[in-house]
Amino acid sequence: MLDDLRELYQEVILDHGRNPRNYGKPDEASHRAAGHNPLCGDRISVYLDVDGEGVVRNAAFDGRGCAISQASASLMTEIVPGKTLAQVGALFRNFHGMCTSDAGAETDERLADEMDRLRVLSGVRQYPIRVKCATLAWHTMNAALQGEAEATTE
Amino acid sequence: MNPAVAEVAWRGADRAGPPAYDVDRVRADFPILSREVRGKPLTFLDSGASAQKPRAVIDAVSAVYEREYANIHRGVHYLSARATELHDEAREKVRAYLNAAETREIVFTRNATEAINLVASSFAARRLREGDEILLTELEHHANIVPWQLAAERAGAAVRAAPVDDDGLVDLEAFEAMLTPRTRMVAFTHISNVLGVVTPAREMTRLAREKGIPVLIDGAQSAVHLDVDVRDLGCDFFAFTGHKLYGPSGIGVLYGKAEHLEAMPPYQGGGDMIEYVTFEKTTFAAPPERFEAGTPNISGAIGLGAAIDYVNALGRDAVAAHERDLLRYATARLSDAPGVRLFGARGEKAGIVSFLQDDVHPHDVGTILDRDGIAVRVGHHCAQPLMDRFGISGTVRASIGLYNTREEIDRLVDSLHHVKEIFG
Repeated sequence: MLDDLRELYQEVILDHGRNPRNYGKPDEASHRAAGHNPLCGDRISVYLDVDGEGVVRNAAFDGRGCAISQASASLMTEIVPGKTLAQVGALFRNFHGMCTSDAGAETDERLADEMDRLRVLSGVRQYPIRVKCATLAWHTMNAALQGEAEATTE
Repeated sequence: MNPAVAEVAWRGADRAGPPAYDVDRVRADFPILSREVRGKPLTFLDSGASAQKPRAVIDAVSAVYEREYANIHRGVHYLSARATELHDEAREKVRAYLNAAETREIVFTRNATEAINLVASSFAARRLREGDEILLTELEHHANIVPWQLAAERAGAAVRAAPVDDDGLVDLEAFEAMLTPRTRMVAFTHISNVLGVVTPAREMTRLAREKGIPVLIDGAQSAVHLDVDVRDLGCDFFAFTGHKLYGPSGIGVLYGKAEHLEAMPPYQGGGDMIEYVTFEKTTFAAPPERFEAGTPNISGAIGLGAAIDYVNALGRDAVAAHERDLLRYATARLSDAPGVRLFGARGEKAGIVSFLQDDVHPHDVGTILDRDGIAVRVGHHCAQPLMDRFGISGTVRASIGLYNTREEIDRLVDSLHHVKEIFG
């Protein structure tokens, strides 16, 4: 039983959940959005700084949530800086596919390392109700990039 | 309790008067309780969200469809008359259960939410003027907040909330002080769905009624755990739902004083709620039919009647005593569990215990308990203002039904050790 759960709550997740990276509202952000999971009432905000070339320079988040959603947001803000908006879009699609289907989505070779890092969250596939916890930060980032002020997992 | 012990308890009780509450026999009435979840025996501690159904209810609903089903009212044929009779009997059972004066005071709705919306729309909204107030408490479920907000918004009126203390107990003095000349309606829960705290409903109702302010009591939880007597409470309206009371989902009840229901316009228009219709004018049926437009949940009402029969047969006092014992036991065991912080553990309570473990998010606790076959509710429990009051985003809520056991409470506490193991 505990082995099952350790598959979901891997050390990396517990670590990021306890000590989220890039936590807090930055002074500068070109894009921001608030995300909301109506199921649990969790709210987070995602802040991105995108330069004129369409490359993400910085990513940060704040807000409260469960270990899964905090860890997912934390990992995301570590991974997206340096990526182009097109790459961020591809990561979002791949990550979403990984969380929702056993087959996962087609992974772009050039993003293989990033997807490897995100694989710690793939345990949510076994817990359909928790998929939204893992994807909340990503939906919120997507909304921010599309100029929407708010995202919800519904 | 093993069967041998149960047998002794049963025989012993024969000599000593009424039989002791035999929870093993009660559990045998609920088919779902014998199933396993994730390879573990089901530990169902989520009855506060929706209760499981006894065989008597399942059979009653099946029997309607297998033997006695047709649309009710106006049918001249045998089955229609028979279904109408069963539907009317169910209304009478609800009346008796609440000790209402007359069956016309019992309106069938879809659920407690619809019952509250009905009052907000057809009763409160018409009385509201700009600057008026509706008084609630900080304990309320969203279902007892949002309908009033919608009514208030249309009129330019305001919704206010009487405060509760750190244990979730209503501050009666503050409540009384918030009953102003502009207060047009008071609505509050009888039992907090988050904390299990029982509000001083009778006293609150008296205070409001003395000032001529009508009162609605949200009885979604109390109709299950307390021996509700609407005339003793003195309230104008009382709302509850069938599915928490071991009945089917999709059937709820609004009790309303006859004088109010008589004066209220319909909530929805349609068939079954009219007296006479022409294209120029329609006259409406008397209560309760005036508020029951369209074909109702016939089998649901009959199933609710069967649930009430079931609870009455067990004895409401016996059920309440059993639940009190379990709640005391759960509160004591959880108080002793490392890292557990209880919410609303003081004062009169029923059926519900809410807690957090260390700084672990309730959703994570819920997922771990689920792996042990334990069903609890996690999150804000549709009471976000109360979560804000306590400065938390949610809790873990274990709610007790008449079929739960001490052993199940033990399993819950044991499983919390797994939370500790994972989260350290």
